[in-house]
Amino acid sequence: MATLLFADHDNASLSEHSARALGAALQIGAEVDILIAGQGAAPAAEAAAALVGVRRVLLAEGDALAERLAEPVAALIVQLSGDYDTILAPATSSGKNVLPRVAALLDVMQVSEVTEVVSPDTFKRPIYAGNAIEVVQSAEAVRVLTVRSASFTPAAAGSAVAPIIAIKPPVAPVLSSFRQNLLSANDRPDLSSARIVVSGGRALGSKERFEATINPLADKLGAAVGASRAAVDAGYAANDFQVGQTGKVVAPDLYIACGISGAIQHLAGMKDSRVIVAINTDGEAPIFQVADYGIVGDIFDIVPQMERAL
Amino acid sequence: MKILVPVKRVVDHNVKIRVKTDGTGVDLANAKMSMNPFDEIAVEQAVRMKEDGEASEVVVVSVGPAQAQEVLRTALAMGADRAILVVAEGRVEPLAVAKILQRVAQAEEAGMIIVGKQAIDDDCNQTGQMLSALLGWSQATFASKIEMSGGSALVTREIDGGLQQIELTLPAVVTADLRLNEPRYASLPNIMKAKKKPLVQQTPNELSVSVAPRLNVLRVEEPAARASGIKVGSVAELLDKLKTEAAVI
Ligand SMILES: Cc1cc2nc3c(=O)[nH]c(=O)nc-3n(C[C@H](O)[C@H](O)[C@H](O)COP(=O)(O)OP(=O)(O)OC[C@H]3O[C@@H](n4cnc5c(N)ncnc54)[C@H](O)[C@@H]3O)c2cc1C
Ligand SMILES: Cc1cc2nc3c(=O)[nH]c(=O)nc-3n(C[C@H](O)[C@H](O)[C@H](O)COP(=O)(O)OP(=O)(O)OC[C@H]3O[C@@H](n4cnc5c(N)ncnc54)[C@H](O)[C@@H]3O)c2cc1C
Repeated sequence: MATLLFADHDNASLSEHSARALGAALQIGAEVDILIAGQGAAPAAEAAAALVGVRRVLLAEGDALAERLAEPVAALIVQLSGDYDTILAPATSSGKNVLPRVAALLDVMQVSEVTEVVSPDTFKRPIYAGNAIEVVQSAEAVRVLTVRSASFTPAAAGSAVAPIIAIKPPVAPVLSSFRQNLLSANDRPDLSSARIVVSGGRALGSKERFEATINPLADKLGAAVGASRAAVDAGYAANDFQVGQTGKVVAPDLYIACGISGAIQHLAGMKDSRVIVAINTDGEAPIFQVADYGIVGDIFDIVPQMERAL
Repeated sequence: MKILVPVKRVVDHNVKIRVKTDGTGVDLANAKMSMNPFDEIAVEQAVRMKEDGEASEVVVVSVGPAQAQEVLRTALAMGADRAILVVAEGRVEPLAVAKILQRVAQAEEAGMIIVGKQAIDDDCNQTGQMLSALLGWSQATFASKIEMSGGSALVTREIDGGLQQIELTLPAVVTADLRLNEPRYASLPNIMKAKKKPLVQQTPNELSVSVAPRLNVLRVEEPAARASGIKVGSVAELLDKLKTEAAVI
């Protein structure tokens, strides 16, 4: 049998999460088809077709699919499910929204946020904010998985081109309708896949100081900007900047935590980074327990110094 | 409109859990247990909607052991009207929880179900979506705002790139994200009053749902520990280490 990968994309382009999820899918061993559900999504389908290891790309288009609302997309995946014994998606907001719905319609239990493929039916996943790792085996007829993209290397974009097959989505009742997206304007690298992340916490004190302190260093390093929940709740940074158990999980080469205490919920989102730097006035802050390099000092002094010295 | 809010009893978010040395699970003996934080947000939302005249009744339901009564009482003290405990010991997976909640929602003729977006113990992030699928209802996950207008609800969702607004036909399942509201603390008089509010018990059997797990947990492991790091004395030293030792910049 084969694996179906429900890709993350915005019609115009394929997100890096999809290439990483393909990396996970290929470890399962079966052939992989990628599903692009959208509207005007040919560019995303072409990008998917160029990835190394893809058998075919299924392109389903329609107004109801344009924003990948859960109800019509789940109905589409269920229609395709007979040909697959594994259905997977990256654990992005889109994958997390759609796949449990698919799992329930197929009457199977989903395995969420897989970080390692042990064998085609056995997976590792973190529980309790990453403080324990569960090894689970699924004996279900169809395995439904979301995979944590930070844990897998992306499949390469190659020169081979897989065939793109247009498929007709099923007619489904309209239960919800799209109104608008309010996306954060941001020309920095994507937080979940950036090589370097500079994150700010409650210590930044205001939106203005957050931007004046964190952004110049991030710009100098070509880094994405992240934030703790406390900083997001206080309005210093937008919700999509949140790193942690209930925000984004990142694993960059370098994570610089500025004025962040290191609560377990925050650590859950960044402790698999390759190198961690912590800057905090409190030498006892828990963030230092996971930091490779720590500086005890004031961010308003240290961070600009770093920016100038680079 | 009746609102149903499922609440889960989980280990308190301040507790640092430990993996059992024999790899069979996590040691929760004597750990402080509380209501899942996202479910507090869901209860708060439902209670506010009742206070604003958008809901007629708030019913809370938990699937879990007898001690889950405590989180139901907390929800009642926050302002919910009645509680249902579906007694189940041990591991109950989201699919089974969703099937139980489906039966309860149908019996109660709920118009909206507000679920937490994820439980902080198993971090599955599945139950609401599964429940919505089983009921054939509309779904909005990761809600940071719910506005009612007539027969529909406008929901603002937290998505990877920012926010998204969708309109739901009722009945609907909405999952609560962190910024939907700030839950209230129950006052002492309300805690006393909550003791007298109705709480009924049911079993999965009575609802014709099997709670036998579908996934087989082979073992639970300790996560890889990070090697301990060092403190550096200056920015120059830090940048030097990042360049030469770590080679990341
Ligand atoms: C259900 C739930 C889910 C959660 N999910 C998340 C999540 O996904 N992500 C997340 O981040 N949190 C999450 N949290 C919140 C988490 O528990 C912490 O409250 C939060 O991470 C704290 O943010 P902080 O480190 O910025 O703030 P604080 O804990 O207040 O830390 C601020 C730090 O800044 C230091 N400091 C102060 N001034 C300076 C200065 N001038 N220079 C240098 N250092 C300074 C202080 O010493 C302190 O260590 C969650 C909590 C719950 C209950
Ligand atoms: C005594 C006991 C022992 C357990 N042992 C294990 C174990 O060894 N391994 C293991 O993996 N799990 C164990 N569990 C947890 C059980 O498996 C989970 O309830 C189930 O996996 C649901 O996953 P989740 O909470 O992560 O779902 P999510 O989908 O993350 O939950 C989202 C939301 O759904 C609702 N919800 C979920 N569960 C309930 C519920 N029970 N009642 C009411 N509302 C609910 C809540 O609103 C919650 O915010 C145990 C539970 C108990 C009570």
